[in-house]
Amino acid sequence: MTILDKADPANPPSAQASSSVPGVRTGSWRVVGILVVGVLVCAVLSLMIGNVGISPTTSVRALFAPDNSQAAAIIQQLRLPRTALLIVVGLALGLSGALMQGQSRNPLADPGLLGISEGASLAVVLAIFWLHISSPVAYGWFALLGAGLTAWLVFSISALRGGPSPLTLVLTGAAVSALASAIITSIITSNVSTLDQYRFWVVGSAAGRGLDVFWQVLPFLALGVVLTVVCTPAINLLQLGDDAARALGVRPGLHKFLGICAVMLLTGGAVAACGPIGFLGLVAPHVARLVCGPDYRWVVPYSGLIGAIVLTLADILGRVIAGGAEVQVGIVMALVGGPVFVLLVRRARLVQL
Amino acid sequence: MSSATTTTRLRPALRVGRASWRVHPRAVWCAAVTTLLMAALLVVDLAYGDLNIPFTDVVRALLGDTSGVNAFIVRDVRLPEASVALLAGLALGLSGALIQTIARNPLASPDVIGVNAGAAAGAVGYIVLFAAADTGAPSGVGADLAIPLAAFGGALAATALLYAAGWRGGLDGRRLVLVGIGIAAALTACTSWLLVAARLQTAASAQVWLSGSLSGVTSGNAWWLLLVVAVVAPCALWQGSALNIVELGDDTAHALGVRPSRAQAIALLCAVLLAAVAVSAVGPIGFVAFVCPQIARRLVGTSRPPLLTSALAGAVLVLAADVITRLWLTGLAVGVVTSLVGAPYFIYLLIRTRRTQS
Repeated sequence: MTILDKADPANPPSAQASSSVPGVRTGSWRVVGILVVGVLVCAVLSLMIGNVGISPTTSVRALFAPDNSQAAAIIQQLRLPRTALLIVVGLALGLSGALMQGQSRNPLADPGLLGISEGASLAVVLAIFWLHISSPVAYGWFALLGAGLTAWLVFSISALRGGPSPLTLVLTGAAVSALASAIITSIITSNVSTLDQYRFWVVGSAAGRGLDVFWQVLPFLALGVVLTVVCTPAINLLQLGDDAARALGVRPGLHKFLGICAVMLLTGGAVAACGPIGFLGLVAPHVARLVCGPDYRWVVPYSGLIGAIVLTLADILGRVIAGGAEVQVGIVMALVGGPVFVLLVRRARLVQL
Repeated sequence: MSSATTTTRLRPALRVGRASWRVHPRAVWCAAVTTLLMAALLVVDLAYGDLNIPFTDVVRALLGDTSGVNAFIVRDVRLPEASVALLAGLALGLSGALIQTIARNPLASPDVIGVNAGAAAGAVGYIVLFAAADTGAPSGVGADLAIPLAAFGGALAATALLYAAGWRGGLDGRRLVLVGIGIAAALTACTSWLLVAARLQTAASAQVWLSGSLSGVTSGNAWWLLLVVAVVAPCALWQGSALNIVELGDDTAHALGVRPSRAQAIALLCAVLLAAVAVSAVGPIGFVAFVCPQIARRLVGTSRPPLLTSALAGAVLVLAADVITRLWLTGLAVGVVTSLVGAPYFIYLLIRTRRTQS
């Protein structure tokens, strides 16, 4: 099922061995450095580009020493919150996608599969429908609440009778997602004003959100990143199966629990901030694997950084692609990212499912 | 176990001349029960509605009696919708089972590889482009037929794109699935953009189609669906044996006279055609294709989804959803009810069969 299952003698499943075999892709700190620089460049571009173009030096000056100019106001109030959100959300989605695929040993697993995106969407739809709420911060709280409740529901259903296996977890998540999405559909087809607000939230956008949204989701994302750092080293061993991992000194139950908690915090925070942006969590780990091979200790950080870069670039593209009108980042990313992903899959030696 | 010796119980087999099939008693039993359930649901679906008709009259009308008001209601008013429900369910269940077998992944289904996304983009594109100014929905004589046609065209275009982009000196079922994910994402983004850019009324009428509904189907839809299912489904079931051989590994498959990539590519084409025709008739109800193979697999107790039982389970699920929307939840779309019914049952099965999974 996974990339590590291939019976290829040149590609053994342990990182120490694969890094010593010539010709096998592996990660390196240099590439991580390049990716970090890439994130910073994208951040500066995101500050510069928009309806009003601002030069790089003015952007950086407005960031650290704001004056009373119009450029400084645009950067401080509009583009800075937006860029900060894009970077942390992209990072979170990339990290949680890689964790999710590693934990479930399924390369089609998407962080949304645990039901988190649909659960958050259902909470937002109910908030719009019953409470007539329309501010991003309020959406955020309801999305976090929905994500948390759904995650707890999925986890406890699949944990009935013993610890949750990755397959049951993912299948339960898919079933709960379908249930939530059915309820959403029945509400928005019967209530047009709810549909009107929901359709703009659900495509995923970073526009119109202030720094308050950023501070709102930051604690959840930060805790998610900490848990990711804790549980990533064991993912490679978990690929060998629970028994082998246990023999090598890993406690599979504990690590899976921590990993799932990390996925829930990261995805829940991302959905709360920008709406359910799909596809990035699924694709970023695949792109990372093309660069660094199958070692999850590299795949996870690569995937996070690639997620941040891709999401920021997609948002910049969405600002310029349609002239004055703006195309939401979720749409741009899938529209451009889909074909790019197809090209990558065509070029690469097949990533085995 | 104290004894080291093991005995293999011979399974019964069906032999006709040089051909032979292994018979799994439990699979036959499951298929028979689902078939009976499907027939019973079909009769119930035809019998109840605004006017309740006795079961005997329904059966008589189905067997060819055309006299009387009851026969007219059964044959001309209710049969198109019920048969579309049955056939679409069959097609989606079979399609999901094929794709999950090819991808060796229980998460794969036609909506993952872009068939539903293509149909949705086609239909929503048509609805948005030809929306009338007053109602927000397409009007005119051909609108009822044009939306399914646009959806079918969209699904076929997505398939053509899938095969064109997935071709690399040959086809590999598993590469096709990954390529399909990319195509699905791009097409879904097109649909979302259309929904955001459209006027609210138009978006609402597109959303009704997207939720999956049987309300507008005609006998024309039913015949078209029957034609495609009657041609493609036997072909797909025939490919099933080749897929079983492919499971043994590429070398063994070659030795047994099966070309793995060709068998997978043909099976995938069958799956895509079945899903495309079903989705164009009833809207993108993706959950049926995902869940029915999984339900069938747990009922029969095999490691891979059984093709025939998956198809029958699909028909049962969509027919049951149709009955429920007719009798109790009149405001809801069939696509919504398939999820409301199928998801809890699937969760129940997951909890019950937890121990038997690896």
